[in-house]
Amino acid sequence: MKLPRHRGPLSSAVFKRMLGSRDAESAPLRVDASWPDPIDDADLQVTLWALYELHYRSFEDVDEAWEWCPELLAVREQLEAQFERALRDEVRSHVDTVVGATGDLADRLFALTDSFEGPSLAEHIERHATREQVREFLLHKSIYQLKEADPHTWVVPRLEPDIKAHLVELQFDEYGDGQPARVHQTLYAHTLAGAGLEATYGAYVDAVPATTLALSNAMSLFGLHRRLRAAALGHLGAVEATSSIPCRRYAAGIRRTGFSDDVAFFFDEHVEADAVHEQLALRGICAELVKAAPDLEADVVFGASACLALDARFATRLLNAWHNQDHVTPPPPYDAQVPA
Amino acid sequence: MTAVAREPLDAHVVEATLCAGGPMLLRGATHVIDDDGNRHEVERPVVAVCRCGMSTRIPWCDGTHKLLRPSEETR
Repeated sequence: MKLPRHRGPLSSAVFKRMLGSRDAESAPLRVDASWPDPIDDADLQVTLWALYELHYRSFEDVDEAWEWCPELLAVREQLEAQFERALRDEVRSHVDTVVGATGDLADRLFALTDSFEGPSLAEHIERHATREQVREFLLHKSIYQLKEADPHTWVVPRLEPDIKAHLVELQFDEYGDGQPARVHQTLYAHTLAGAGLEATYGAYVDAVPATTLALSNAMSLFGLHRRLRAAALGHLGAVEATSSIPCRRYAAGIRRTGFSDDVAFFFDEHVEADAVHEQLALRGICAELVKAAPDLEADVVFGASACLALDARFATRLLNAWHNQDHVTPPPPYDAQVPA
Repeated sequence: MTAVAREPLDAHVVEATLCAGGPMLLRGATHVIDDDGNRHEVERPVVAVCRCGMSTRIPWCDGTHKLLRPSEETR
């Protein structure tokens, strides 16, 4: 993968620096802007996405030495501060409600995921979406699904042994139970290829809006900071608890619009897997974490709420465009030659 | 270091966990036999067995219990 295209003055300056040698003399990078809506700002989100990517699979045109460069980390810290503040502002009322309620934390988190307001993308895909809308949905999801599970894996060494055991049990399933062909990232690549989309890691980063990049960036933010480990696990819980039933609907919509079982398989797999994972994540991981460290409860709920709020923004964005017979990101023509 | 007794590798330990209002988690199972006597192989380390009877993937849980009214849930 190559470094994405820049989307504004910030990404332009940062990417220019990343494409050069770390040793090259250059004026120091400065971030002095502030964004009214950091979650929806493509310049901020693509910069953050690229800075995070240095810690995942990185870019063939960027020197690996940039990963721990203090200058880039300082830029990342400033962007993260604005992004995190925006996320906390967006979900504050949900966090206060759930933390203020009584009862088992897992039950409260299940209630939160069941009742969070937002349009149902899954219902639209199941019943009404056109084939091109289904393909567009798959395209957006590629930004995260091709690194599915990786952001939450950062948290493992930061946990006490009991919680670690539960998290690794769940992640083992995400990574295919020891079978490379069953790794969820790989299953998603098959879905993309079967739907006539590029299956290469990061292929659509240049094409998607800030809202889509923010879904992935929130996980990296939570995963890369020990301070936010509880938010990462709350996020994982919300992902798992909003997956089984929607995935059944996505699979039905994929088949309804004429795609093969191969394309639907990723979603079929998640119906059963995530019916297990939601119990493991909310009961075995989140509730147990907070039982041992009660002061982490608010951050668990913050992570879960942030996941749900970003999903709601994403669903609203897609459904609004589709309602107007438009696309947010038009998928490439189905018959186009898809590079292997 | 304290010595911890280990189960031999071929020991067959199966653990069932009942989730409030949800499925039964099975760890270490090899297969589940449904109401009609059909055998379903276990393909992951932990599986969730439906307890509400409404799953579309019997014997496995598919999350459908969450769509039921509380009175219909397994408690």
